[in-house]
Amino acid sequence: MLHAAEPRESVCVHCGEPAGKHPVVAHGQAFCCDGCRIVYELLREGPESLACDLPDLSQKKIDLDDPSNKFAFLDLPEVQDQLLDFREGDTCAVTFFIPSIHCSSCIWVLENLYKFRDGISQSRVQFLRKELYVVFDRQKISLRELVSLLAALGYEPRLHLSDLEKEKPRSSNRSLYLKLGVAGFAFGNIMLLALPEYLAFESFLSSPFRAFFGYVSIVLALPVLLYSSTEYFASAWAGLRHRIVNIDVPISIGILVLFFRSAFEILTRTGAGYLDSFTGLVFFLLIGKAFQKKTYDALSFERDFRSYFPISVLRIEADGERPVALPDLRVGDRIRIRHQELIPADASLLSAEAWIDYSFVTGESRLVKKSKGDILFAGGRIKGKAVELQVIKEVSQSYLTRMWNRDLFREQKKSRLASLSDTVAKYFTAVVLALAAGSFFYWFPQSHALAWNAFTAVLIVACPCALALSIPFALGNALRILGRQGLFMKNTEALEIMSRVDTLVFDKTGTLTEQGSAPVVFHPLNGGALTSDEKRWIRAVACQSTHPLSRQICQMLEQAGNADLREFHEQEGQGIEGKVDRNRIRLGSKLWVAHLNSDLDIPSDSETGAGSRVYVAINGAVRGYFAIMPKYRKGLLQAVRELKSRYFVTILSGDQDFERPLLETEFGKSVHLLFRQSPEAKLEFIHRLQQANKTVMMLGDGLNDAGALRQSDVGVAITENTAAFTPSCDAIFTADRLPRLPRFLRFSQSSVRVVLASFAISFLYNIVGLSFAVSGQLSPVIAAILMPLSSISVVAFATLATKISAKRLGVE
Amino acid sequence: MSVIYVLIIVSLFVAIGFLIAFIWAVKSGQFEDTYTPSVRILMDDKPKNDAKEVE
Repeated sequence: MLHAAEPRESVCVHCGEPAGKHPVVAHGQAFCCDGCRIVYELLREGPESLACDLPDLSQKKIDLDDPSNKFAFLDLPEVQDQLLDFREGDTCAVTFFIPSIHCSSCIWVLENLYKFRDGISQSRVQFLRKELYVVFDRQKISLRELVSLLAALGYEPRLHLSDLEKEKPRSSNRSLYLKLGVAGFAFGNIMLLALPEYLAFESFLSSPFRAFFGYVSIVLALPVLLYSSTEYFASAWAGLRHRIVNIDVPISIGILVLFFRSAFEILTRTGAGYLDSFTGLVFFLLIGKAFQKKTYDALSFERDFRSYFPISVLRIEADGERPVALPDLRVGDRIRIRHQELIPADASLLSAEAWIDYSFVTGESRLVKKSKGDILFAGGRIKGKAVELQVIKEVSQSYLTRMWNRDLFREQKKSRLASLSDTVAKYFTAVVLALAAGSFFYWFPQSHALAWNAFTAVLIVACPCALALSIPFALGNALRILGRQGLFMKNTEALEIMSRVDTLVFDKTGTLTEQGSAPVVFHPLNGGALTSDEKRWIRAVACQSTHPLSRQICQMLEQAGNADLREFHEQEGQGIEGKVDRNRIRLGSKLWVAHLNSDLDIPSDSETGAGSRVYVAINGAVRGYFAIMPKYRKGLLQAVRELKSRYFVTILSGDQDFERPLLETEFGKSVHLLFRQSPEAKLEFIHRLQQANKTVMMLGDGLNDAGALRQSDVGVAITENTAAFTPSCDAIFTADRLPRLPRFLRFSQSSVRVVLASFAISFLYNIVGLSFAVSGQLSPVIAAILMPLSSISVVAFATLATKISAKRLGVE
Repeated sequence: MSVIYVLIIVSLFVAIGFLIAFIWAVKSGQFEDTYTPSVRILMDDKPKNDAKEVE
C-alpha cells in the first residue's frame, strides 16, 4: 500500500482504486470514498488506537441529527412496515440498496457498523448487488437514526417509492443451480453404471448385475426427468399453446422419448437404454442455460417512475409539517417541496412563484417559471425557494405516471421479431418428425419392433442439443465481452435483435450532449473584450430570461456582479432588451440586434463555424456575440457520421431547435432531426418507424425517453454511472463508451453469424446420427459418444469464434 | 461378486451425501455472492498488519 501513498491524482490513497472525477478530499489526500477516508483516519490515529484488537469506532463523532427532517418519514409506521424485511419484538432487519458501495473499505466500514452505534447486531454487505443487510434493535437505534448514520458515513441508501412495494421475488439462479447439480449428479453416476455395458463383457450381459444396474439408473434418472428438465416442458407447452414451435419442443420430445424408451428397454430386458445420454443431455442444456443467464446484479433493467420518486413528502397540517408516504397523499393535501425535490403529484401552486426544472420529464433543459395558481405536473424538480402546493391528482393519476398506465408498460415486453432459434426450431421439428414418421412406415411392413426402434432413434438422435447450445454459448459469450466494455445487455435476445437493427434513434440531450453547462465564449466585433461594467449590464439582462441560452450567459457572467435593471422586454424567438444604468442592452438573434444599425457587416453563421450565437448590442451598437457550443460527447460525432452510412439515423430532442444548424452542418441532411418532441411524441415516432417495418434501436436517458425505449426493439439507456437511475430498457450503456457503438453493432452481427455457423456444425452431427438412426442401428454407445462430442465441439467453436471476432473488430 | 450390490449402494449414499451438501450450499446463498466473502476473510481483526502497511 506504500506506493499508493504517493500523492497521485485520481487514485485513492488508501485502497489504490481510481478515485474518479470527484474524490473525497481529506488530510490533503484524495480518497475514492468515505469508507477509505474513515479507515485511513483510524489507521493514522497511531498504533495506540490499534493496540487493542479493534479501533473504537464509537468514539468517532458522527452527527446523527437530521435537522432538515430529510429522513423524518422513516419514523412513519406504515413506511417502516414496508421497508423492514422482518420484525420480531424489537429486533428488525432491513436491506438497503447503497449505490456508493464500491471497494473493500466500503465492506469493512459497513460490516463494522455495530461498532459505531449500539443496537446494531449484524450488518452484512452483498457487494455485487450493492446491498446492505442490517439487523438492529429499534429500542436502541431507530430506523431513521440508522439511515442517518449511513448517510453521515457517506453511504446514503437509495430509498424510493418502489421500495415501498412488497419485494418482488428477485430472479434468482438458485433453482437453476439446483437443477444443474441434480442433473450432474445423475449423469456422473449413470455413466459409471453404463460403462460395463459399453465394454460388453459377455459375462456381464447375462449376469443379474445388468438388471440391477438398469434399475438403479432409472431411479437416478427420475429426478432429472421430474425436476431438472421441467423448464423445457413448461416452455415447450407454453409455446405450443401460443401456436409457436420453439426450440424447446424438439428438446422436450427428445427428452421424453429418451427416458421412456430407455425405461422400456431396461424393464423388458431388451437393452440397456440411453439413460446416460438422457442425463448428459439435460446436464449440458442446463450448463448452456446457466452460461446464458449472465446477470448484472447491481443493474436493474425494469425500473419505472417509482424508482425515481421519493418515499414521502412533507404535508402541511394544522399543527405543522409532517412527512407522509406518497401512496397516502390525497387530493386536496397541502405539501411543501424544497430545493431539488421532486413534485410527486400534479398540484396547483400556492406560493407566489416557483422555478421548475422539467428536464427529466420532457428532456428540455430549461427552467420554467410558474406563478400562483398554475398547475405543476408531477416529475418536475423545484429549484430555489421551497414552495407550497395543493395536490389536485393522486400520484398514480398524474401526468408523468399516466404514461406508465399504458398497456405497453403493463405487459412483459415481447419481441416483435421471431428469435433465430424459434425460426430454426420450426423447420427443424417439421423435418425431424417427417423423417421419424418416414422411417417408421418404411420399416413397419418388415418388423413392428424395428419400426418403433427406428422411429424413437430418429427422435433421440435429432434432439437438438448442440443446436440449443449454440445460442447460449455464442451470444452468452458475446454478452460477457460487451459487458466488460461497458454495454450491459439484458439478455441474449436483445443482442440478437441488436444485430438486425436498421434504424438508430438518438435522444439529443444527455445522450449526444454531455450534461452540464456548455462553454460560452464572447467574440467581440467592435472593440476589445468586455469591460467589467459591460459584463454587469449584460448579466443583469440575461438573468431575467428563462431561455436556456440566456441562462448559460447568465451563468458564465456569474462573477460580474449586479446592476440595476430598469426595463425589461422579451420578444419571443428574437431576443431580449433591457435598460441598465441608462444603457440599452439588446441580446438575441442577429436580426434582432442588427436591425438597430443595419449597415454593420456581421459575418454570417457559415463563415465562422456553427454553434448557437447570441448577439449583443450596447446602446444600438453591435458589440459582438456569445458563441455557445453544446458539449457533444467526445468521439460521438465521428461515430454518428460513421453510422449514418449504414443506418437510418434520427436525432430526437425535447429542446427547442436552436441547435439545428449546428447538427445539420455536423451530420449533413441524411440525419433526421426532430425537435420539441414530448415523451409521447417520441414513443409515437418509434411506433411509426416500426409500422414501416424498421427495426429500431433507441438510445436515450432519463424518464422522458422511457416510453420510446420501451417501444423500440432495442432500448438502450445511456448513463454516466451505472449505479444511477436508468429507465426500463434492454441494455445499459456507459456514456463514455458510446463512440464505440459502431463496433459493437458490427460485433453483434458477427456473433449472430457465429451462431449460424454453429447451427451448421450441429446439423452435420445430426445428419451422421440420423444415418444410423433411420437404419434402426443406433446403439447406446453411438448415442453416448455423439451427444457429448457434438455438444462440446459446438461449445468450443462458439466461444472461440466470438472471442476471435471481438478481437478482430477491436471490441476487446 | 454379490458384494458389488453393497458397494454400489454404499457409493451411492456417499454421492448423495455430496449432493445434499451441494443443495445446502445453494440454499444458503453461497453461489449468489461470490465476491464479498473473499474480502471479508481478509479484514477480520487484524489491524496491526494494516498499520505496518501504512507506515
